[in-house]
Amino acid sequence: MSPRRIPSRPGELIDRSTTVSFTWNGRAFTGHQGDTIASALAAAGVEIFSRSMKYHRRRGIFSANHWDPNLSVQVGDEPNVRAGSRRLLEGMQVSAQNVWPSLRFDLGTANQLVGRFLSAGFYYKTFMRPQFLWHSLYQRILRKFAPGGRIHWNTSTHGAYDKRYAHPDVLIAGGGPAGMAAALSAAEAGATVMLVEQEPELGGHLRWGANDDLEVLADLRSAVEASPGIEVLVDSTVSGRYDHNWIAINQRSHPLAPERLIKARAGSLVVAPGLIERPYVFAGNDTPGVMLAGAVRRLTNLWAVRPGDRAVVLTASSEGDSAVADLESAGVEIVEVLDARSGADIVKVDGRGRVRKVHLGDGRTLAADLVVTATGWTAPTSLLNMAGDRPVYDPVAARYFPHALPDNVLATGGITGDGSIAELLAHGRETGELAAARALRIRHDVLTTTARSTSPKGPRPETVPDDRIPLRRVPHPECYRSSTHGLVDFSEDISSKDLMQAASEGFDSIELMKRYTTVTMGPSQGKLETVNAASVLAEARQVDMADVGTTVWRPPFSPISLGALAGRIFEPVRRSALQDWHEANGAVNLLAGQWVRPDRYGDPMAEALNVRNNVGLIDVTPLGKLDLRGPDVPKLLELVYVNRWQKLKVGRVRYGAMVGEDGVVSDDGVTGRLAKDHYLMTTTSSGAGAVWEMLEDWLQTYRSDWEVHVTPVTGGLTSINVAGPRSRDLLERLVGGVDLSADAFPYFSVRTGTVAGVADCIIWRIGFTGELSYELHVPSGHALHVWESLLATGSDLGAAPFGVEAQRILRLEKGHYIVGQDTDGLSKAPTAGLAGLVKLDKEDTVGLPELRAAFDRTDLPVLVGLQPDDPTVVPEEACQIVAGDSNEILGRVTSSRMSPTLGRSICLAQVDPKLAAAGTSVTVKLVDGSRITATVQEHHAHLDPEGERQRV
Amino acid sequence: MILVPCPNCGPRNSSDLRNTGEVVPRPDAATASLSEWRSYLYLRDNPAGWVTETWYCRSGCRTYFTIERNTATNEVRGLERT
Ligand SMILES: [Zn+2]
Repeated sequence: MSPRRIPSRPGELIDRSTTVSFTWNGRAFTGHQGDTIASALAAAGVEIFSRSMKYHRRRGIFSANHWDPNLSVQVGDEPNVRAGSRRLLEGMQVSAQNVWPSLRFDLGTANQLVGRFLSAGFYYKTFMRPQFLWHSLYQRILRKFAPGGRIHWNTSTHGAYDKRYAHPDVLIAGGGPAGMAAALSAAEAGATVMLVEQEPELGGHLRWGANDDLEVLADLRSAVEASPGIEVLVDSTVSGRYDHNWIAINQRSHPLAPERLIKARAGSLVVAPGLIERPYVFAGNDTPGVMLAGAVRRLTNLWAVRPGDRAVVLTASSEGDSAVADLESAGVEIVEVLDARSGADIVKVDGRGRVRKVHLGDGRTLAADLVVTATGWTAPTSLLNMAGDRPVYDPVAARYFPHALPDNVLATGGITGDGSIAELLAHGRETGELAAARALRIRHDVLTTTARSTSPKGPRPETVPDDRIPLRRVPHPECYRSSTHGLVDFSEDISSKDLMQAASEGFDSIELMKRYTTVTMGPSQGKLETVNAASVLAEARQVDMADVGTTVWRPPFSPISLGALAGRIFEPVRRSALQDWHEANGAVNLLAGQWVRPDRYGDPMAEALNVRNNVGLIDVTPLGKLDLRGPDVPKLLELVYVNRWQKLKVGRVRYGAMVGEDGVVSDDGVTGRLAKDHYLMTTTSSGAGAVWEMLEDWLQTYRSDWEVHVTPVTGGLTSINVAGPRSRDLLERLVGGVDLSADAFPYFSVRTGTVAGVADCIIWRIGFTGELSYELHVPSGHALHVWESLLATGSDLGAAPFGVEAQRILRLEKGHYIVGQDTDGLSKAPTAGLAGLVKLDKEDTVGLPELRAAFDRTDLPVLVGLQPDDPTVVPEEACQIVAGDSNEILGRVTSSRMSPTLGRSICLAQVDPKLAAAGTSVTVKLVDGSRITATVQEHHAHLDPEGERQRV
Repeated sequence: MILVPCPNCGPRNSSDLRNTGEVVPRPDAATASLSEWRSYLYLRDNPAGWVTETWYCRSGCRTYFTIERNTATNEVRGLERT
């Protein structure tokens, strides 16, 4: 079953006492705990893992880690799983991606025959013309051949993705030797440390090293484990670095969530990602059996897999030499070691499903099934780029190095230079100390500049100079491409020839070439491809690498799932104190802004009629409520409302409308004077927050000498509107301390009294529904008692709850507009029907110059009452009002309902001023395209325009 | 996401606050001409560099305060309550 598994290795990750069963393309396989999907399959002799994106070439293991471009697989309903690093789990159903109909027999291979159509810029050239083929043909074809796995639309199977916030002093990206050393020294210095490693265990390249490397690793691991100041996140990727060290981490190792997005604010970021091995470009370099030296070292040492039988090794560094040693110990025959440092070269590999022959630079041909290259390193400087750095190419070391970093970002390890393990550890330790010193200074500053924080311990930490001894730069030949063309980008199937062609077509800047050819834009995000692409461009332009530059690496460091980005949303839904009652009594809910509230309990038409005939109760708690106290409240009201407030007497309430500084209606509501220096302001439900913030702005920024204190009491007071001709009868049974008679408690008044024994209830008499009605503001702790008492006491009067829909019907019958529904950005107060309310003779009021100017405007839409001539037709809200048979827009229906009281359809509409006169006939275009006529009414109110029903 | 230093709450994520924009002096509403008023409403310097702007600590202490921020680098200095 495991023909390629070799005897035990000292650093192996697999537990041979276990058996893990899984399937691959429907066939049963087994592996061990600790295997990756790829290592288990490789041990079983599987050589082909995927088909390439465009040409559907067979692909095998190439780098055997997270970055392997050939190992994206589907696992169950999860697409694009990286089989090179994903650990095997019992029962996994793994299948190949980008194959159709099957991995072995793939029709897409035919693309190889038409390769010229798929060369550089093929998206732009091939599928451009004729345009009409886009929908009928090109899209279908492209979809069929598109790479990537299948998304399952039934999201219930995906589990809940999560989010977390973190505030480490020092965040370390990379858990290799330098990163671990940095974590240890930073923690010793007193910093809280988060150590993030992309692979499922710490150690970096020590993991597949020799025995002394493994001993160092064991010591480091136990030290990290014993350090309480270090939180380790493995199988997690630092995905982006943003302003002020705001850092995104995609954690795949959470015990419950499939993935968790961690948003961290770090004092210092230490970038220690190590180096990524660079592929060598030659003909056939993507043939299965061509591997990076690191891949064979990992396969042999971590998973005890023999990667081939007869190997040719091309090496330009000690990494290749180590690979040779590992292969020999794994029983692989070394056919030949080619030293690139002395000019040896590979020009071509033959073989389709597997390497068969290797053609050398000196003309010889060797038989082999494994070709191993060790031709250089890429510094994954992504996070440094994101911190504003522009790494610089060093031709001596044949790679890029960090250039200028901000103080809160430090780099260590292979990305900064070369060294022995001891030297890497020393550099890591020094970097950790420096990172901690800087972070602790930031922490001290935060504590001292935050008014109510705990005091910092000790004095402000001194600035520590950066006197780290830099790592050396070991000379390395510039090995990029052989004399032949081969693949530069394995994920996107882009060859050096394509890049040369793009350059010859004029796309010879690296950023243009990237976008034209899509090189570096695949799942590896340039980690394997960027430097080779730059070298090909340098060659095409016959300039030095340093003159080509590189593309700017942006987030994410590695592709991130949409689930992780969506994750949990931190937005609680607000519920009134009565919401449980509503839900227990059949309410159909409505999500209105932040609030969930009853839309209806039963038939909203019946609920509305019950208000007209008997008495109804509605929970209007979401209504914004602001408690205003102080001698200068009248000045504030004068300022923020368009109307007058100086003379409002104690015990009276008044309607007010607000506009912005641009004169556009922004909110409205009723405000009452409860005592000499005590007012209660109500706002619209959706505007509650904005009005409060606006009042605070005035009181803090412009009128800080005014004595007013604002307290939001929206949730603290539960608001119940008791509406209908029998509302007074009902309240008389329950209200104490208030004379409810019409003379003692007239319309637009406020009283404070007890309701059902609950003291300090504010009662005001207003009428949004157009009926005699009282709004009760009850301390929320007693709200349920009051609500239930009202219903029980009023059962013989027909007392019943009504929801938001019935309220909308009632207010439309009465012609009350809703700000934001019946008004819009052109609704300047004087043209929105508020001309009588607006007072211009004030010293100051919000938007005063605009209000003044609006009185002269004759072109702004006018809000009118409107009734369709056919009383059975209810035009949908937002239907347009047009000129006759044309499509010239002259207005729109802003609200519409069937009125149960009048037995006909009723509307509010915004119309062109020339249509605003009562009796004007207008044309409304319905959703289905048909047209009806409707007549403009004299009043907004369709029912009782004189208000006789509410003044009883 | 930048950090904005609230005088009470210390440095907070900008999503905890609301940026109310560049500080623009409000003309006298009683005497301002319409064009002066509209400059106040709509015209901003919007420099690539230092700008004085107001923030509101909406998820914290509810204070309005001004800072100087470099729009090119997001460096922040000079904190004061409005
Ligand atoms: Zn604050």
